[in-house]
Amino acid sequence: MFKSVKTGLGLACVLAVMAGCSSTDTDDSANQMVEQTPPPVVDETPVTETVVPLDNVVYFDFDQSLLKPSTRELLIKHADRMRASTSGTVRLEGHADELGTREYNLALGERRANAVRDFLVLQGVNAANLEVISYGEERPAQEGSSESARAMNRRVVIN
Amino acid sequence: MMKKTVSYFFATLVSCVLAVSAHAQLVVEIVDGNQDPTPIAVVPFDWSGSGVLPEDVSSIISADLRRSGLFAPVPRDDMLSFPKTPEQVSFRDWRMLGTEYVVTGRMQPQAGGYLLSFDLVNIFGQSKMFTKQVTGGAQQLRDIAHRAADEIFEAITGIRGAFGTQMVYVQETQRGGQPSYALMLSDIDGARSRQIRRFSAPVMSPSWSPNGQEVAYVSFETGRPAIFRENLRTGARQQLTNFKGLNSSPTWSPDGSKLAMVLSKDGNPEIYVLDLASGRFTRMTRHFSIDTEPNWMPDGKSLVFTSDRGGKPQIYQLTLATGQVDRLTFDGDYNARPRVSPDGKTLVMVHRSRGVFTIATMDIVSGRMRVLTETRLDESPSIAPNGAMLMYATKRGSKGILAAVSLDAGVKYSLPSQQGNVREPAWSPYFD
Repeated sequence: MFKSVKTGLGLACVLAVMAGCSSTDTDDSANQMVEQTPPPVVDETPVTETVVPLDNVVYFDFDQSLLKPSTRELLIKHADRMRASTSGTVRLEGHADELGTREYNLALGERRANAVRDFLVLQGVNAANLEVISYGEERPAQEGSSESARAMNRRVVIN
Repeated sequence: MMKKTVSYFFATLVSCVLAVSAHAQLVVEIVDGNQDPTPIAVVPFDWSGSGVLPEDVSSIISADLRRSGLFAPVPRDDMLSFPKTPEQVSFRDWRMLGTEYVVTGRMQPQAGGYLLSFDLVNIFGQSKMFTKQVTGGAQQLRDIAHRAADEIFEAITGIRGAFGTQMVYVQETQRGGQPSYALMLSDIDGARSRQIRRFSAPVMSPSWSPNGQEVAYVSFETGRPAIFRENLRTGARQQLTNFKGLNSSPTWSPDGSKLAMVLSKDGNPEIYVLDLASGRFTRMTRHFSIDTEPNWMPDGKSLVFTSDRGGKPQIYQLTLATGQVDRLTFDGDYNARPRVSPDGKTLVMVHRSRGVFTIATMDIVSGRMRVLTETRLDESPSIAPNGAMLMYATKRGSKGILAAVSLDAGVKYSLPSQQGNVREPAWSPYFD
């Protein structure tokens, strides 16, 4: 589980770079990112505010859509930012592992994304700004049939 | 006979409209056959035209019969003679080989195509059972062979052959580091595969219209799941749904007038029926659980579907006129994605036992369950229109492949793809 959270953090950083965000933060995950990727083009625009990218993936147990306690902590941070933010809709993408049927997993992915949505709404996020999409098992984060791959695939991605 | 030939010719035009790839992408591997298959010799056919035929018709017939698991075709090298007509068949020679049936045939050119005359001879009965003719266009040698195999199969087993049917399936490949998805169409033996459409986002749940002219499927190309119908002959396509949430699991009613599907626009997945002529949606289930994977009973009066309303996914039957819901499966803690045999007596489903996902059948009246497959991660069963076999998806290593098993579990073969992962086979109906 620890491993998957770390990988998730790395992924969040890569996504942040791709989105053009600039971060001067010096925490571990940022260092890790610098080691793994070529240095990004230097942005000369002065940065007035730095935002630490939050892990944007939460994970679930097999055939479950209950939020884990660790997930709740992360989602509260997301909710704080979403309440403060004015930038449009957030997509909650629900996913399932390869076990079970594809159509049932599509429904399961939606149930997971709904669980995240409902929690965020309870934290005061405007439901109209949250869009739920399920991909079921059609877009695995990691290929393969190992339990660790499956654990990485039972997820909701906050985009 | 004439009428039959003409309509068959028309139906197989579908395959000519689409681009045909020269090689088969799926290759048949026989895994397991019946204990006591019937020995039959399909003698190389006489050809009265010039040059060499582009397809070996008698070999295709042999392969069809072998794949059914009910026949053991005699290898060509073992044949003592190559009779061209029933009169030339030496009963004594074939009896010594243990051959029970001999097929002789004569191919001849005719305007725009070919004519096959073929005979089925019963060796032990020392009698000719029939002589029949099949015609087809210049690109239809494989269709001619499958039609002849159907006739031979039915004459001996009493079961209508399904060798001339097709399947639609999903193929996933990597293109420039990105997954690419294609809806594919091929003959049921995996030959003549061709792409119906390519997608950069996932595509899933293909389902045939009962007349074999259209497929419905779910595509994520709009950024959300949406249900489409597409005409295989013309390529005409229509988006049927664009609701918030799930738009999933379309299956055509037996009369072709409706689509059952799953929509979650009301908050959670419910079964709906769309009347295609009026465009009207009717909600069929009302439950806070997951209701999904609807499939029609052959009489069109009820649906079977998957629901976790009892805590775990199980299969239920919904009577459309009354809305009554009855639970059908009780064995195991995961039974899902039901399909119904053409006679309405048997369910096939994905069944989990001891943590392994297999394909199982269940007799609807007695409730008796039987596991058909021994591999893991088996899913998406689709039954042949004659009810004799089903095609499903499974994994070999990390690769998605297609496989087939007879409903009595006696016959098994697999169809690995030479390219990418393949899954979600949908066996076509008869085309006539």
